[in-house]
Amino acid sequence: MYSEKVMDHFQNPRNVGEIKDADGIGEVGNVRCGDIMKLYIKVGKDETIEDIKFQTFGCGAAIATSSIITELVKGKTLSEAVTISNKDVAEALDGLPPVKMHCSNLAADALRAAVEDYNKKKA
Amino acid sequence: MRKVYLDHAATTPLREEVLEVMLPYFSQHFGNPSSIHWYGREIRKVVEAAREQAKALLGGSSGSIYFTSGGTESDNIAILGAAEALAKKGNHIITSAVEHHAVLDACKSLEKKGYELTVLPVNQHGLVSPDSLAAAITDKTVLVTIMHANNEVGTIQPIKELAAVARQHGVLFHSDGVQAVGQIPVNLDELGVDMYTISGHKIYGPKGVGALYIRKGVKVRPLYHGGAQEEKVRPGTENVAGIVGLARALELAVEEQRSLADTLLPLREKMIKGLTALPDVTLNGHTSLRLPNNVNISVDRVEGESLILSLDMAGIAVSSGSACTSGELEPSHVLMAMGLDHQTAHGSLRMTMGRSTSEQDIDYVLDVVPGIIERLRAMSPLKGEGGKQNVQ
Ligand SMILES: Cc1ncc(COP(=O)(O)O)c(C=O)c1O
Repeated sequence: MYSEKVMDHFQNPRNVGEIKDADGIGEVGNVRCGDIMKLYIKVGKDETIEDIKFQTFGCGAAIATSSIITELVKGKTLSEAVTISNKDVAEALDGLPPVKMHCSNLAADALRAAVEDYNKKKA
Repeated sequence: MRKVYLDHAATTPLREEVLEVMLPYFSQHFGNPSSIHWYGREIRKVVEAAREQAKALLGGSSGSIYFTSGGTESDNIAILGAAEALAKKGNHIITSAVEHHAVLDACKSLEKKGYELTVLPVNQHGLVSPDSLAAAITDKTVLVTIMHANNEVGTIQPIKELAAVARQHGVLFHSDGVQAVGQIPVNLDELGVDMYTISGHKIYGPKGVGALYIRKGVKVRPLYHGGAQEEKVRPGTENVAGIVGLARALELAVEEQRSLADTLLPLREKMIKGLTALPDVTLNGHTSLRLPNNVNISVDRVEGESLILSLDMAGIAVSSGSACTSGELEPSHVLMAMGLDHQTAHGSLRMTMGRSTSEQDIDYVLDVVPGIIERLRAMSPLKGEGGKQNVQ
């Protein structure tokens, strides 16, 4: 039911963990639906994402989307990064099963929440 | 890679001995049992012999076996059929919160049509209390349906006591025994049920065939309309090969029930002991009123589907009550009815053993699971009670 790419990211997730002195943290989802994603970003020169890490409680799709978004946005500027949609994330994984599109495809939302958190802290 | 199938509650492989007796009924003995000529008469005898055999094996001396397309259809005929046949008497039906969807959704469909439905709660082990049933029965109650053994957590209900309560009040009692047959002794006369559901593919028989036992005198309105087969309870030309296979599978399941239980019980206990020794892993269900083949645990801070996928990569096939695996947004209604919180229900894992399960399989599972849990917990943003000792 999952693409090879999803299984690869599930099996070998990129950038797992916590950034202790993160500049922004975004958390989305809830235990009720069974998915919680937490993204940590470290923002460097020219507002680029210097480092990004994730922690996720959730199904295969939730873990794979969290993993791939860290690859997609690392090194990008914040304004570039926030243009990525949940749909882009799913496409980068060669698609997700239809039932997963809503409940577990939250990585782009988590990223935007992290950027918002960064902007708030900065202000 | 080692392959370990621990999903026997989902389905079982067809036994060689069953396949063997089925094969002649696809092309060699192809007659329609309703035909008057020799080709049909020969098959009629076979179908009736299977019916009598199934009835004897289930110990249901005061009723008949009706062959159906499986557990789902048997449940639907029993519930919708009996409720409609008794519509003049009353419009209240009673079930439990941990039923299979074949029962629960059939009951809910009656509710939509204006019936009154009581869904009895269960305790933390998944048990329905006979007292709560007695309290729920009104003079409008026409049917009670409570499963014999639960497909997720393996809890065995006190069917004899529950059926007795229904009988005292003159109310029909149906039980879904799909998971019970072959795992625990089943004697329908002793249980005192009016209707009982079984399914072929859970007992090493074919998929798409099942049976409903109906005690003499109990009327059901058929779901389908057509020929006179199965006394019109279930019209349509009989699935002869399936029926022959079901009877043989049932024969073997009943004959071998005791020895299978003797083999599986120590394996179940070993698995439960090994898994619940891991940090923040808990057993779901009852410790002793439990099917011999069922282990169901919750792994705190880890989601069930990610456990299944990880185990699958290690060659171990299991299932979960997590929402992600049911195609729904809510986790298992069974676990929620037992009072588990969402996270614990999402983190559930069901392992159901079978005839082929060996001690080596269990050792392999116990070997592989700790690493998988550790890996997934390391990814989880949820922290353990005692701080972060489990999170790397
Ligand atoms: C308790 C219970 N009832 C009914 C069914 C449905 O049986 P079938 O697959 O034969 O329709 C199942 C199987 O999933 C079951 O476990």
